[in-house]
Amino acid sequence: MDTFLEEWGPTVAVFAPMLGAAIMLCIPKEAEELHKLVSLVTSLAVFGVLIAIALEFDYGAAGDLQFTTNVPWISAIDVRYNIGIDGVSLPLLLLTGLIVPLVFIYSWHHLPTPHNPKAFLILILVLETGMVGTFVAQDLILFFVFFELVLLPMYFMIGVWGGEDRMYAAIKFFLFTAFGSALMLVAFLALYFLADDPTFQITELPAEVAGISRTAGLFIFGGMFLGFGIKVPMFPFHTWLPDAHTQAPTQGSVILAAVLLKLGTYGFIRIAIPILPDAAREWAPIIGGLAVVGIIYGALGCLAQTDMKRLIAFSSVAHMGYTMLGIATLTDFGLNAAVMGMVAHGLITGMLFFIAGSVKDRFHTLEIKRLGGLLVTAPRMGWMLGFCSMASLGLPGLAGFWGEFPAILAAYNPADGLNEVVFRVYMVIAAIGTVFAAGYLLWLLQRTAFGTPKDEWTGHEDELTDVGRQEWLAWTPLLVLILVLGVFPQLIFRMTDGGVIQALRGVTELAAGGG
Amino acid sequence: MDVAEFVKPDIDYSTLAPELVLLVTVVIVFAVDLVSERNKALLGTITGLGLLGAIVPVLLMAVEDRGLRDLFDGAYVVDDYALVLKALFLVSGYVVVLLSMNYVAEGDYWEGEYYVLLLSSILGMTVMASARDLVSIFLALELLSIPAYMLATWRKRDAKSNEAGLKYYLMGVFASAIMLYGMTLMYGISGSTKLTDIAEFTGGSFAGEPIVSLGLVFIVVGFAFKVSAVPFHTWAPDTYEGAPTPVTAFLSVASKAAGFVALINLVLIGFVGTEDVYQPLFFVLAALTMTVGNLIALRQTNVVRLFAYSSVGQAGYMLAPLAVAGASDEARADSIGALVVYLLIYGAMNLGAFAVIIAVARKTRSGETSSFGGLFEYAPGLTVVMTVFLFALAGIPPLGGWFAKFVVFRAVVLPGTGLGYALAVLIAVNSVIALFYYARIAQLMWMQPVPDGDRSPIRVPPSLTGALAICCIVTVLFGVAPGLVGDVGQFARLSLAL
Repeated sequence: MDTFLEEWGPTVAVFAPMLGAAIMLCIPKEAEELHKLVSLVTSLAVFGVLIAIALEFDYGAAGDLQFTTNVPWISAIDVRYNIGIDGVSLPLLLLTGLIVPLVFIYSWHHLPTPHNPKAFLILILVLETGMVGTFVAQDLILFFVFFELVLLPMYFMIGVWGGEDRMYAAIKFFLFTAFGSALMLVAFLALYFLADDPTFQITELPAEVAGISRTAGLFIFGGMFLGFGIKVPMFPFHTWLPDAHTQAPTQGSVILAAVLLKLGTYGFIRIAIPILPDAAREWAPIIGGLAVVGIIYGALGCLAQTDMKRLIAFSSVAHMGYTMLGIATLTDFGLNAAVMGMVAHGLITGMLFFIAGSVKDRFHTLEIKRLGGLLVTAPRMGWMLGFCSMASLGLPGLAGFWGEFPAILAAYNPADGLNEVVFRVYMVIAAIGTVFAAGYLLWLLQRTAFGTPKDEWTGHEDELTDVGRQEWLAWTPLLVLILVLGVFPQLIFRMTDGGVIQALRGVTELAAGGG
Repeated sequence: MDVAEFVKPDIDYSTLAPELVLLVTVVIVFAVDLVSERNKALLGTITGLGLLGAIVPVLLMAVEDRGLRDLFDGAYVVDDYALVLKALFLVSGYVVVLLSMNYVAEGDYWEGEYYVLLLSSILGMTVMASARDLVSIFLALELLSIPAYMLATWRKRDAKSNEAGLKYYLMGVFASAIMLYGMTLMYGISGSTKLTDIAEFTGGSFAGEPIVSLGLVFIVVGFAFKVSAVPFHTWAPDTYEGAPTPVTAFLSVASKAAGFVALINLVLIGFVGTEDVYQPLFFVLAALTMTVGNLIALRQTNVVRLFAYSSVGQAGYMLAPLAVAGASDEARADSIGALVVYLLIYGAMNLGAFAVIIAVARKTRSGETSSFGGLFEYAPGLTVVMTVFLFALAGIPPLGGWFAKFVVFRAVVLPGTGLGYALAVLIAVNSVIALFYYARIAQLMWMQPVPDGDRSPIRVPPSLTGALAICCIVTVLFGVAPGLVGDVGQFARLSLAL
């Protein structure tokens, strides 16, 4: 059993959703309950496999790839089906595995118009294959294919099931990310041909490209920076995000916020930094600078929003700024914080989008000034909103704190060779950003949860129900995890620590070499 | 003057088998058309069978590993590269026949002549794949072009179709003349019509001479018309729009592929050592073609015109590897491999897209993009396959197009030159522009209401279903298991890097 899991576990996790989707293709469209069941069972199976992997995972060797499979895929161009899991990918895999079934549970009674559960649920399953695949791929081209695989389902999810302005949002999302990934592919190819012994294997590349020229390294890093940075999204490439989030159906927003954005940050940790440590060090001040601009810009953007979902979307820009700042410090402290930040942001913002979706279901609007008194009409949902806002603003004891605070702290003492003064300035700006965060989140809470319901809702009290059964089922795991990770952040850190040290090996060696 | 006595060449007929099968089919179709007035429906079937029959010897030759077969003193070569291309021409010809069956029968056009001309044109293409000599290249070119001029005017009662054919004919003849002049210059410097002989002079005693550059430019310009490269593309949109849609599909895939094959043969085999001239030339052509084609495509409202410009844009990607082909022998082989792989995958995606256009037009009788509105509501199957073709053309994994783009990227980045990287970035930018108009059609189909509210289903005849199935399977298969076509590309490079 163990060896089966060892050899096939990740492959099953990647392709089981595709199998589920294939089964659903054969089921007629009218059997809606069956579609819901098949999709839920498939995603639970994936989650089960990932949990089993997490239990078998050797935490003492979290820096090494485990559960590896490495066979040729396209031998003509030297591309391999090379997958494996280490301490950085494991928490993100678990996050993906958790979020998808929760989305299916939530979808049971909350399907967006136009109602077409078959197509909608199949798209989510295809998305899952792309997301899980990206987190396990250890070959650049394999990574690229999975990274791109998520585009189409998301495009259709926003474009078909989205809000009023869905077509604009969908095409904007598609064009932005496709542009980034096209340049990323060029960067990957350049790496391949400049390597001493051409290869696409992520683990072998750091040694093979150690000798490339400084200019080439900077340009290649730039290509990857665009690909990953647009996905994160970093300021100034973030403009697709508020539109996509606002227009996407709830399920789309949750998956987008919880997992898709992490593909970008993960790319930096998995690919860009380990392979080109030298270029990473030269780019770090720019990345850090854009990250703090993103923090402040996102926060100011939040303060200007009148739509609850758009506000949460802008808060994502700010939060991903902290993650990128952590990555830019190029220290194990910062990278640990970044991975923690990704997981925490996935749980918290995913949860916030769930709540926003449910508020929209009841009030048919997300305009903040028309909402209010949620604690009166639906007290439990109001409390959840409060809880998540607190977590999001980084209250100690909840998960958000462990993503934000260490990232800021890491900027005090960045990796050797980085300009300390610059990063300390970043640190101060980022710290000011937390004040803004408290500001916009409390303001949101105050205007939506506190007070009394607006007059226009009198007579509609029956529709404004509190948290329903499906919602409890879908949300409880997230709420519990936000609290548990807040108290025991070690659960994540013990996975990631080995992985980030491995990812930073190149940077550490440069510093040790007096570079 | 010493005139050599005519010696009857030793002809290996088994090597010529695919061409002979096509020739026999031409005769049979002609005869059946003459004899029988009623069995017009038979003609398309015979043509299709003839094309499939011609694939058999191609496959046999591919399986039987005899290396290089050359006839007529090296003027006609059948190697793995030629076999791959012959298979491409025959299969895409077969798909075009499937597309044509109902179109020609229901449109009350001449049927017998249509298939005869189509077969002759395909015959010209299979010859082109093997032609390694100026005379045989020219012969093949005319054999494939002249029937195509006539096919373009096949909607005889429509002024637009007449315009299409005339424009295509005038431009084509003009291009042929220019190219012929280039060929005479090549013959003039070398005294031989064989490409390998010419290569010894262009790269040897005549290296760097202006006359070589002149001949090269004339030949490239001549074929730039054929592959509709900017600024020699002006005929394409009008011809594509006016011609019968199956013929448009044929022109945009098979005829274009034949042009590229001739370019590869002439420039990469016949003009070895002139990379200083042809690399910048192809760089400019490629950059212009992809950018102009894609930008103009953005503004199109007629779906066939849109695909005309999209195929101009695609031609730009295919020209790109030629701009770096001279860096080394490895780069030369790699660009040829990339080009052939691109042609194969592009053939499947583009023919598929045209098959859907033909199927939809059967109901809507409209060429406007808006006629695709709300297609998902009444033709979900067609919508899904069209989506596959559109995003494959845009190069989104895991559909076939990504691998085609990938090999082109690979080929242009391989030599590590600044020009190569510049082209790669340009292709990346262009892919995004192209994505916009492909996605817009997808958007119309999935996210817009039906324009006239007519939701009656589309009846897709079996022949069209067959064409769609072939194209869709090939497109998806090449995306998921590109090893198949990757190895095919490898054949092409091995046999040319002799």
